[in-house]
Amino acid sequence: MKHKIRLTINDELYEVSVEPYKTLIDIIRDDIGLIGTKKGCGTGDCGSCTIILDGKPVNSCLILGVEVDGSNILTIEGLRKGEELHPIQKAFIEHGAIQCGYCTPGMIISAKALLDNFPNPTEGQVKMALSGNLCRCTGYKKIIEAIMNVGSQ
Amino acid sequence: MRRFEYFSPVEISEALKYLESYGDAAKLLAGGTDLLIQLKNNEIKPSYLIDLKKIQELKGIKFSVEEGLRLYPLTTISEIEASQVIENYFPIVSQAIKTIGSIQIRNRATVGGNLCRAAPSADLVPPLLVLDAQLKIRNFYNEKIIKLEEFFVGPGKTILKNNEILTEIMISNVSNKRLGIYLKHGYRQTMELAIVGMAVLMDFDHQRCICKDVKIALGSVAPTPLRAKEAENTLKGEKITQDIIEKAGKVASEETNPITDVYGPDWYKRDIVKVMLKRAIMILQGKIKDQKNET
Repeated sequence: MKHKIRLTINDELYEVSVEPYKTLIDIIRDDIGLIGTKKGCGTGDCGSCTIILDGKPVNSCLILGVEVDGSNILTIEGLRKGEELHPIQKAFIEHGAIQCGYCTPGMIISAKALLDNFPNPTEGQVKMALSGNLCRCTGYKKIIEAIMNVGSQ
Repeated sequence: MRRFEYFSPVEISEALKYLESYGDAAKLLAGGTDLLIQLKNNEIKPSYLIDLKKIQELKGIKFSVEEGLRLYPLTTISEIEASQVIENYFPIVSQAIKTIGSIQIRNRATVGGNLCRAAPSADLVPPLLVLDAQLKIRNFYNEKIIKLEEFFVGPGKTILKNNEILTEIMISNVSNKRLGIYLKHGYRQTMELAIVGMAVLMDFDHQRCICKDVKIALGSVAPTPLRAKEAENTLKGEKITQDIIEKAGKVASEETNPITDVYGPDWYKRDIVKVMLKRAIMILQGKIKDQKNET
């Protein structure tokens, strides 16, 4: 049986009809068409599917759509204002914190969750905040530098 | 993922009614950080999934010095991490909480899920064991209270029947005289399952250097988390010397029954128990620093 759920994603309301065994990442990508959020391991290890759900970063691969009916979601697409990139996105570009780019949406969302609470984080805080996000190009150093320098340009 | 039907009851009695009807065909969903992986891997094949997250009675933290702590099972790991009560009165729980998974995992995973999943490595279990936690378990008709120690049967197995729900975790024993520590041995600081997890709660007479009382619990070194009671008896009432610490470590390691797996051979885990007990007691005595919990 399909369930009708309502999700507010990046300030827009979506109503979708989903099977109970469909994960949130699949709904965001396939049903809603926001493909910025990436699907990686599917087991909560890599963090590439990280979104902000009701203010908190979570792995969207470990959540069923039916569980989060009525919730508020921020994905990577919701960061920029019009044509203007978000300061975290700018910092990632300026510091060369992107290689293949697959982990980037998850990294940026985790960084956003951190910076919302701690605008001037220590390196230790940044590392802890990113500990659930893997980069297989192993470019962590520049990612950390980018996050520590958000808004400083 | 295989097909299943989904229910999201708003009351415990409603959830229990579903369990009465569906029995083994149903699975309970809490945070889902482990359950979804099991579903994806077809390790479990429920026809009905009963989501407990809309049941408000199963959420929250209640505390008074007289009545102790009541931890409701659907409380997330992050909520416990943020709780001032837990930080102030049960720092050993806070220490263990911080070592679980990643931020993303902690924002979804629940304390009840951590217990009911019954992983031998579950980080919350050793601290709750040394704090003499009790569990309230309900079925549709009645409820019972058991000791956490009696809850685990084997890896992934508890005494919970298919019509029962864990509804409360209780700690009545509140004393700030005791010193507590949770140590986790792993290759990394986060996203890590414990190779060995150890909680020690000690009532220590600093002036006379005597251990008045001690409780030791271990994770990842047996089919279930366990209390190292022989090691406790070795230390209780004794003057804490290097010799007695060495002896207690040896006794504790003999109480374990680890397996050889990807995390290391059995003899290594036994050796680590010795090292960790020594380290835990020396940290509690103030002789060495706890480097992991400093950051």
